[in-house]
Amino acid sequence: MSMIKAHHLAVSYGHGDNAIKVVRDVSFEVAKGETFGLVGESGCGKSTILGALAGRNRQWNGSIEIDGEAIGQKRTRAQLAKQQLVFQDPFGSIHPRHTIGRTLLEPLEIHGKDRRQERIEKVLTDVGLPLNFRYRYPHQLSGGQRQRVAIARALILEPTILLLDEPTSALDVSIQAEILNLLKDLREREKLTYILVSHDLAVVAHLCDRVAIMQNGEFVEIASRQQLLENTVQHSYTRVLMDGSRGYVAGAHDHLRRRPRTSLPA
Amino acid sequence: MAKSGTFSSLHDWLISEDFTSSRQARLHSVYLGWLSLVANPLAFAGFAVVLLLIIVAALAPVIAVHDPFAQDFLTALQAPSATHWFGTDEFGRDVFSRLIYGARTTLYITILVTVIVAPIGFVIGATAGYLGGWVDVVLMRITDIFLSFPSLVLALAFSAALGPGIENAVIAIALTVWPPIARLARAETLTFRHADFVVAAELQGAGTGRILLRHIVPLCAPSIIVRLTLNMSSIILTAAGLGFLGLGAQPPMAEWGAMAASGRQYLLDAWWLTTVPGVAILTVSLAFNLLGDGLRDIMDPRNG
Amino acid sequence: MAETSDTILTVENMSVEFPTLSGVTTAVSDVSFTVGREKIGIIGESGSGKSTTGRAIMRLQPPQAIVKATRMQFEDIDLLTASEEAMRSIRGRRIAMILQDPKYSLNPVMTVGEQISETVILHERTTPQEARNRTLAMLERVNIRDPERVFDLYPHEVSGGMGQRIMISMMLIASPSLIIADEPTSALDVTVRQQVLSILDELVVERNIGLIFISHDLNLVRSFCDRVIIMYAGRIVETIAAADLDSAKHPYTRGLLNALPSLDYPRDRLEVLRRDPAWMET
Repeated sequence: MSMIKAHHLAVSYGHGDNAIKVVRDVSFEVAKGETFGLVGESGCGKSTILGALAGRNRQWNGSIEIDGEAIGQKRTRAQLAKQQLVFQDPFGSIHPRHTIGRTLLEPLEIHGKDRRQERIEKVLTDVGLPLNFRYRYPHQLSGGQRQRVAIARALILEPTILLLDEPTSALDVSIQAEILNLLKDLREREKLTYILVSHDLAVVAHLCDRVAIMQNGEFVEIASRQQLLENTVQHSYTRVLMDGSRGYVAGAHDHLRRRPRTSLPA
Repeated sequence: MAKSGTFSSLHDWLISEDFTSSRQARLHSVYLGWLSLVANPLAFAGFAVVLLLIIVAALAPVIAVHDPFAQDFLTALQAPSATHWFGTDEFGRDVFSRLIYGARTTLYITILVTVIVAPIGFVIGATAGYLGGWVDVVLMRITDIFLSFPSLVLALAFSAALGPGIENAVIAIALTVWPPIARLARAETLTFRHADFVVAAELQGAGTGRILLRHIVPLCAPSIIVRLTLNMSSIILTAAGLGFLGLGAQPPMAEWGAMAASGRQYLLDAWWLTTVPGVAILTVSLAFNLLGDGLRDIMDPRNG
Repeated sequence: MAETSDTILTVENMSVEFPTLSGVTTAVSDVSFTVGREKIGIIGESGSGKSTTGRAIMRLQPPQAIVKATRMQFEDIDLLTASEEAMRSIRGRRIAMILQDPKYSLNPVMTVGEQISETVILHERTTPQEARNRTLAMLERVNIRDPERVFDLYPHEVSGGMGQRIMISMMLIASPSLIIADEPTSALDVTVRQQVLSILDELVVERNIGLIFISHDLNLVRSFCDRVIIMYAGRIVETIAAADLDSAKHPYTRGLLNALPSLDYPRDRLEVLRRDPAWMET
């Protein structure tokens, strides 16, 4: 069963003649419990798709279906709670003047949930934070701990879908490993469906079952994890991105150059 | 346990970041603010003067040695002496006692104006900044209209229209003070408008009112409090100016501006009539300025 | 590495300390290394002191910082005793620096072309017209497609990759013998990164100079540099040839390598780094 269905989705910014189409025409389906990746360079529209799915960007055409329910430009609270966004920057995504407990309490108040303290304690445990962290302010936490709080805030409404916008790209390698492991555990335990946006194919291949490679607002290819690992992808742009995640490749840039140079001017 | 021991363990409990309750977390930030206020001598001096002003105003009947309204023409225009510390005015009233009671008037005006202005300025500015579009344009143009008048002239016009009296002076001053607050609130709101944590709240279904009150207020509050504190000195000066021109507090009420105004005629013979309330106005407005500057260092999130 | 005539920079027992309210914080502790005519990578996580090390070499540390060392020798210059005036003549000419965001290294109110021309005039004492031609040639040299147009752009109008290429073109003129690049490609997309790195690579190899490449990206440093210095909590825990990184001995280096998701060696769970307090004592 498909958890997310997007058909002929196009997203734009601005109005009238100044409108810029960031996502042109993409269609995809994500099954329940699947992790779908969106990869591409900055400005390719990967985060914009996520924004449209989350309800952040309302200027879209086409159709979006979440958990069998067609979604309009305006959403009800219950529809908003179905999917939650985790932001890239753990320093900017948590209110600096709210304690962690307050940050976690806020969505419960909005949705009028009961057993609030119990839920906060459960979600803190789920993301591996000590319970007394609820009395702390974000500035007392490290980047990795903040990202755990951001994940906890996304989980507290018991969504079925997590939309992850570069959740580890602002973190150190060792912290990234912890967060990626946490995301894997949560997916299994809570039966979550993920959409992961990243510029790093290695991260995407680690977590995702299928990956859409994006360029200029379109999908150039949808590859399976198997294809990435066995290096049987179709599109040359996918290869460029794969090389990029392996590091620097001497001479790989040659096909990007227009004029070969032989020596440096004196 | 020894008293110093209790204090040091209280200090340890307050500076520990290993919180066990939200009350401790809140007290912790208040205590850190207090420590940095104490560490800033000028701001602390300002705080001390403001505290003194509040105590004096509260205990005016106890502190004042004479009845501030009792006239005695036999002792009119007496120079400062042991009985009349700051001398007497043209009606023989004790200037010291009037000064003490004047503190009440001053405090009454500043607090009332601030209480009126803070919510109005915040609601207008934050709504304009958060909603944007035509709401922003309309609200900000109204603000601009109020800003384009010199504040004393505007206050004068309003108190002339509303009639003299201290309540009307408060309304007139409030009308001149809210626009800069609204502008500040708007500017602050704009910087947080698209912050991830605001977007996160929107995506969880928070309404406009909740976002403004729960998310924007705590962030704007420090700079608005600082601005209001700095504004208090200009409120005092405008109130004194209105009093001086006869549009503020009416006789026989003790008000520093009016006191300075009435002493003007006797400037050469009785210097204390203008000097004493003048120094009081200067001290208090300087104190509010110093306190405001100190608060900016302590509360502004950009500083720490 | 033995100290030979090829050694450009020698740093011995350098420490950088910051006085704070609660005592002195040591950002860099007792690091020693040499840089020859090679690409040397400094890798570490945030707070490991890698950027502080790069800045201390240029003597660009914040004013309150205290830098101590038994020796800091750059070619014929003793960086420990050189006057501020001497340092000014070294910075940008003999030691160049590339930062993550080129916007902070360029003057915002001068066009890109004017700034490069100024360098040309300063170094080659040419006429303004000649300097312009040289500048255009340099811009072309770093693969800028339309040098005439880029010449008249202001720094805020150029993209990140273009900005880094402009910084490199200035180095082509000044001809430094050591380049310190602090996360020069972290803000760039993969394809642009390849271009910038290959230009940098050519510059280092053909001019036969030294490069200190500071980065958090293990894969990048391993594939781009000749040798790698691994820093942890202000200390150098290991210095190793990039090709031998897979056989690194220090548990921290191993931990970092295993924490990295990889297309070539997929694993179900990434290894989580266990930080050993003993690493701080070496």
